[in-house]
Amino acid sequence: MSPLFQIDFDDQPNDIIVGIDLGTTNSLVAYMDQLRPRLITDAQGEKIVPSIVALTRQGELVAGRSAAEVLVSTPERAVYSVKRLMGRGVDDVAEERKLFPFQIAEDSRSVIRMRLGDRLFTPPEISAQVLRQLKHHAEAHFGLPVSKAVITVPAYFNDAQRQATKDAGRIAGLEVLRLVNEPTAASLAYGLDKRNQGIVAVYDLGGGTFDISILKLKDGIFEVLATNGDTHLGGDDIDNLLIRIALQDLASEWGQDLLSDPVGVQLLRRAVIEAKHALSTLPETLLQFSYRDRQYNRQLDRPLFDRLIAPLVERTLEPCRQAVLDARIDVRQIDEVVLVGGSTRIPLVRQTVQVMFQKKPHTELNPEEVVALGAAVQAGILAGVHSEMLLLDVTPLSLGIETMGGVVSKLIHRNSTIPASATEVFTTGVDGQTNVLIHVVQGEREMIGDCRSLARFDLKGIPPLPAGMARIEVRFLIDANGILNVTARDQRSGKEQSVEVKPSYGLTDAQVETMINESIEQAESDFRARQLAEARVDADAILAATEKAMEHDAWFEIAPQERQGVKTALNELRVVFHSDDYLLVRAHIDNLNQATFHLAELMMDTAVKSSLQGKSLDQL
Amino acid sequence: MILTESSAACWNCGRPPDSVHFCRHCQSLQPPAVDRFAYLGLEQKLRIDRADLENRFYELSRRLHPDRYFQRPERERQLSLDATAVLNDAYRTLKDPVARAEYLLGLHGIKKGEQKSLNVPPELLEEVFELNVTLEEMRSGAAARPQLETARVKFERMLHEVDQALEGCFARWDQDGGLQALESIHGALNRRNYIRNLLRDVTAALS
Repeated sequence: MSPLFQIDFDDQPNDIIVGIDLGTTNSLVAYMDQLRPRLITDAQGEKIVPSIVALTRQGELVAGRSAAEVLVSTPERAVYSVKRLMGRGVDDVAEERKLFPFQIAEDSRSVIRMRLGDRLFTPPEISAQVLRQLKHHAEAHFGLPVSKAVITVPAYFNDAQRQATKDAGRIAGLEVLRLVNEPTAASLAYGLDKRNQGIVAVYDLGGGTFDISILKLKDGIFEVLATNGDTHLGGDDIDNLLIRIALQDLASEWGQDLLSDPVGVQLLRRAVIEAKHALSTLPETLLQFSYRDRQYNRQLDRPLFDRLIAPLVERTLEPCRQAVLDARIDVRQIDEVVLVGGSTRIPLVRQTVQVMFQKKPHTELNPEEVVALGAAVQAGILAGVHSEMLLLDVTPLSLGIETMGGVVSKLIHRNSTIPASATEVFTTGVDGQTNVLIHVVQGEREMIGDCRSLARFDLKGIPPLPAGMARIEVRFLIDANGILNVTARDQRSGKEQSVEVKPSYGLTDAQVETMINESIEQAESDFRARQLAEARVDADAILAATEKAMEHDAWFEIAPQERQGVKTALNELRVVFHSDDYLLVRAHIDNLNQATFHLAELMMDTAVKSSLQGKSLDQL
Repeated sequence: MILTESSAACWNCGRPPDSVHFCRHCQSLQPPAVDRFAYLGLEQKLRIDRADLENRFYELSRRLHPDRYFQRPERERQLSLDATAVLNDAYRTLKDPVARAEYLLGLHGIKKGEQKSLNVPPELLEEVFELNVTLEEMRSGAAARPQLETARVKFERMLHEVDQALEGCFARWDQDGGLQALESIHGALNRRNYIRNLLRDVTAALS
């Protein structure tokens, strides 16, 4: 080949960017196919990967449906709803621990470590396993490696929760090009498909989180006017309500406290979720649960269900009112309400939304798929496919710094369009002071203790000067992912000032690096296992084909030493078949291929003749 | 003094860029200029057409946003991030009439008035005194609700009046400019701030 036509494929940019909805209960992956976003299915044709992760007895981390099986057989080896723990400390999740079977290690202060079997994992590592599963599905779909992704997060996620999601992506071997807010992503898919002008409210009630976003759509611009929400409100909470009631019944009917029996609780959870789903379409259903030869039945009807969940649904209204207020619009100006998240299938939720927004909500798009589709649209925008579309999102929480007396001074207000920045000049309070500590928080309250500590930034290497003489200009920048970046500059010298970040919650960069390295090792062993399995499948095929060819007329047409060569290559491949070196298996597949080349040609000739006689190739 | 980058050299080609956003010679994105009016292509006027402002914001967003610079070199990606942050800040400031006026005063070296009792506009002193008495009565359990309702109506009317006065000041500045116009805006803004705080206190006490 002339050098002119040589293309170095290693240098070709890999342009596949997938969009991922990393949900509390379910996760999905999608991509942009020319003009439309499409979901990617697994080998069985399933779109949804349950966000469940388990450690098998063989010490292998698995995610999705196989993990769901482990959750029921050996609950102590599996975990679900880990999104509730992302970016949080152990003190934050005291409530969750009452309701979820999280086994949290005692030494988890700023980063939660949870037990699975005999090992400890952080929430980003668990989420990374779900992402890895989605990545595999995408790679199988394209037949190419996939390493870039847009991942969605609840709009109301704070900085630490966003950072934890980004960390999960990195651990899974994905470059996270952008974090997109879930309701905004949904609006992209919706805007592409349905309406593209006007004011739209997106009501997103998922497995574990609630978001409301109000957007203005105009000529391809999607401008978020305001967002609000609750990162601990969703379908999980409804399940837990029903489980509690069933547990009380069981305590009196069976005289048994099932709570101490994790397998029983998980089976009950399944039964409860089934009943919940049934009540979205039927006026009544039977909650059926059989366990250890005992049977529990309870009739549930919709009025009772509605009464039970009404307080939870009510909790979504205050964020809605606040968002309308912050958007500086009247509720009547909203042209359309879009429902997102599996929990919006519940009739009471739909009624409540209709009353709140004085409009029948839009339900044409599948509420469980629209977020992943929107993530793919954003991936398309970044790749330059949808250059007429642009998303202008906001930061959900105000950003402030601690000042004298524990009072918060707000620098960037909530619902500011991102990227957003603020600059503040700091000085020293003591002669010769060489560093300044800045405590950054997120939240709407006035006092530091009522806000969420984000990080402490240590400005180091300030030249020693009399008190109040130093001038350090600090720039706080919230990027398009909603993540804070801090830089500092000495105003006198104009020099960049070093800033050391001490995150209050979450992993340090070094910890993430270690996890990435571990996961690369893991990925390599995964890769080897997959390669070996594939090589054996190919070896099986060629062994079978060769054995069959040895009965063919052509076999007797080739020279005796050629026949001997084929036999040798065949036996050698049989010998190496069970080695665990996939390269060795591949080498012997190639040998056998070479040895049978002439034989195959002869057979082809026969086949061509046969086909003229009306015989097809596979009839040979 | 207002800093603008128009006199500086383009970071890419070294020639004067002669434009706020992109170099006229090599089309590369320039570091954001400081004046937010200029950044949106506007003169320093206080009466702004909201629809026009929004169009300018959307059009510049399309050209400056980081989503448009994903495939570009790091230097330009960083510039796009900085430029968009400035653009967003400029739009936020200019779309709100009060923030817009305060910003203009700042450009001309007039700082926003501190909200201390010392700064109570003299003509409001009596109102403040009366209100504090009523609020005190309310706290001690007296039936002061009707007085507070009256006070709320009064403050709402005053707020409306001061907004109209501000409109007049804005028009005067847009037509003639001059320090005197700015001073009267400054006075009206202080008064407005104070009335708004009174109104907030009354509303809080009533709810």
